[in-house]
Amino acid sequence: MFGYYMELALRSLKRSRALTALMILAIALGIGACMTTLTVLHVLSGDPLPGRSATVFYPQLDPRDMTDYEPGTDLPDQITWVDGMNLLRSHRADRQALMVGGQVATQTTDEHTDPFFTQARYTTADFFPMFDTPFRYGQGWSSAEDDARSRVAVISSELNDRLFNGQDSTGRTVRADGNDLRVIGVLKHWRPVPHFFDLNMGNYSGSEDIYVPLGTARDLHLARMGGISCWGKGSGEESKMETAQCTWLQFWVQLDSPAKASAYLDFLTHYAQEQKAAGRFERPANVRMLDLMGWMNDQKVVPGDVRLQAWLALGFFAVCLINTIGLMLAKFMRRSGELSVRRALGASRGSVFMQLLMEAGMVGVVGGLAGLFLAWFGLWLVRLQPAMYAQLAHLDVPMLCLTIALAIGATLLAGVLPAWRACHVAPALQLKSQ
Amino acid sequence: MQIQPILSALRRHKAGTILIALQIALTLAIVCNALFIVHERIDRINRTTGMDETNVVAIQNRYVGSPENFVPLMKSDVQTLRSLPGVEDAYVTNAFPLRQGGWSTGAQTDPDSKKEGVHTALYFGDEHTLKTLGVRLIAGRNFSPSEVVTVQPQQSPGAPQVIITKVLADKIFPDGNALGKVIYLAKGKPSTIIGIVEKLTVPWIEWDTMDNVTIMPVLFNSGYQHFLIRTKPGQQDAVFKDAPKALYAANRMRVLPEKYGVRTFEMVRARAYQADRGMAILMSVVCGVLLAITAAGIVGLSSFWVGQRRKQIGVRRALGARRSDILSYFMTENFLIALVGVIVGVILAVGLSQWMFTHFEMKRLSLTYVGIGVVALLALGQAAVFAPALRASRVSPVEATRSV
Repeated sequence: MFGYYMELALRSLKRSRALTALMILAIALGIGACMTTLTVLHVLSGDPLPGRSATVFYPQLDPRDMTDYEPGTDLPDQITWVDGMNLLRSHRADRQALMVGGQVATQTTDEHTDPFFTQARYTTADFFPMFDTPFRYGQGWSSAEDDARSRVAVISSELNDRLFNGQDSTGRTVRADGNDLRVIGVLKHWRPVPHFFDLNMGNYSGSEDIYVPLGTARDLHLARMGGISCWGKGSGEESKMETAQCTWLQFWVQLDSPAKASAYLDFLTHYAQEQKAAGRFERPANVRMLDLMGWMNDQKVVPGDVRLQAWLALGFFAVCLINTIGLMLAKFMRRSGELSVRRALGASRGSVFMQLLMEAGMVGVVGGLAGLFLAWFGLWLVRLQPAMYAQLAHLDVPMLCLTIALAIGATLLAGVLPAWRACHVAPALQLKSQ
Repeated sequence: MQIQPILSALRRHKAGTILIALQIALTLAIVCNALFIVHERIDRINRTTGMDETNVVAIQNRYVGSPENFVPLMKSDVQTLRSLPGVEDAYVTNAFPLRQGGWSTGAQTDPDSKKEGVHTALYFGDEHTLKTLGVRLIAGRNFSPSEVVTVQPQQSPGAPQVIITKVLADKIFPDGNALGKVIYLAKGKPSTIIGIVEKLTVPWIEWDTMDNVTIMPVLFNSGYQHFLIRTKPGQQDAVFKDAPKALYAANRMRVLPEKYGVRTFEMVRARAYQADRGMAILMSVVCGVLLAITAAGIVGLSSFWVGQRRKQIGVRRALGARRSDILSYFMTENFLIALVGVIVGVILAVGLSQWMFTHFEMKRLSLTYVGIGVVALLALGQAAVFAPALRASRVSPVEATRSV
């Protein structure tokens, strides 16, 4: 039966080639546009720490003075050195890390190599276990090394390839802004998307190449980069950053259960009240603690244009689908005569319906495949764009399956109404009128 | 033209009629919103910076090594650039229009004010800045070489003299006599406004106050800066090639990034508005394809209807209907369907615009675009149905006597 329906469908499709082509083209364009934009959206709004993001939080405080104070104003996006250190040392969370970005001239101890600038991150010990960074060689540093301000560094596999030809470089020396640091760990390729832990570096920037203990970086005056926001007497004077009235660090905590999270929020509130009582904070105690995805949402990480494009593509797909339904309906209705003959010769309503659905499904499969090709081409075009997120736009397995399911589902849906209408034509009436 | 028979005929093709009308409605809603976005983006792209943008080259520089003082290096580099053949003028700065990154501060008239002040972007420069940028001084005077001060990274930047834009001057001093007045851009550092320029925009493309700019005669002691060069007419390409070579020849201990290290101002502008251009192109393409598909759909469906009604057409022809009657029948039929479509479409378009207004911080759709969309879709429908209708009008009266 299946083969017979297939043959009938093919015959019918061949009879009006232009129309078949139009239907396939409409489906293909709709699918292609949808999948291209949805894939970009999917990549950009992805979870950078799958499985752990719900236990990673970003606490915020308001240490500013009363200038321009209005109740309900947004909290600063970052934290001061004093607060960061207080929270870090209180060890109230399962894990906690304080960090800031930077840029250093990097080279090996070989005097003949030219230095080049690499992105750096100055952070504390828990950064690696909290964010589950994969290590190729060695490991991160301990909090003892944080306290001792040890001259150590963790480097990316990319930097390891460039400096040490990809060999196990633990124990060797990397020179950052002229300071010798002992390599204690080499990461495997690690690029969380978005670059969630410090959005100042660009929402979708690549990962840093060299990680140095925060205290060490401050000791060595390694160049700091990123956002800084000051009030009162605060200024960006580099030597006074530890005491300045400026927020310039990011502080992340890991809290493994909701109970711990709410306990930590209480602790934060208590901390803010204490600071206000001590006269350091002037504003009423105001704290917030979003989880990772909540923070991404709050910071509107996914570009508005990308979301707009996805909606546009969905609308476009809807028009294409309606177009196909209309054409298919006209086509099936026109064959009322033929269908009536089949019905009169004993074909059940169900088998006529199945036959028509088969025809619709074929258009869907071909259109879907063409759409897949268009999506692949569209993503290739997206990758040519120089935007920071562009090179991330690849079709992955879930999106591939979604594309195919979408294509077939949509066309069957598009086929159901026309086929239903066509198989309900009264055969006698049709035959008589001819 | 009798509309009644058309309506009763359409009642027999309910599903098809509704689908075409719906397609037209959706197309209208999407197309007029998309065209509105295109229009907005093009407006943005066409904004001027107040500069004379032709014959300008921008170089991004970073010194390697950590000398205590970068100022002598910067001074000698600027001299190197100014002495190049083909160079009209040059200066060193922290930022310039469309650079997409720079400094801003609050300008106040009262040194003890607790308020934030008027936001302004900060450009560092010297007496060569106005000429290099090609901005017009409309009041006061330019800086003199002796007024240029050196600012250390740990200091907050301030200079005794500043030049500001007209818009900023009017905002701080609404009475319009800003020249000679004192403003505070940093705590305890008064700056006298010695000049006002007609227009100059901030380094960002998305900012509340695009025209609030202050130029300070400052050499900022930092390892990272930009050189801006005005070339003689026709010499831009030569300077584009020679300037980096000359800089490297003067001192190798520097990095000019491979990407965006040396750029003409056309490249700076293209890069700044790349996303907007991409969006405008994408929207236009989508509109075009959408209209084409809708037109093709109308052609397809009308052709079917014509094919289905050959016999009826034959009967009408045999009963005395002229070809023009048949033609106008199908044209009117399409017009009626399209009319319903655009009415629904207008409602959808306004709803969509309202939704985008709340979710994407966009302006509300201007009614001109709705009007243009309505006319365009009605015309598109008529154009699309014309060929099938013409074919229908050529159906011979003999068809009436034939069985299918």
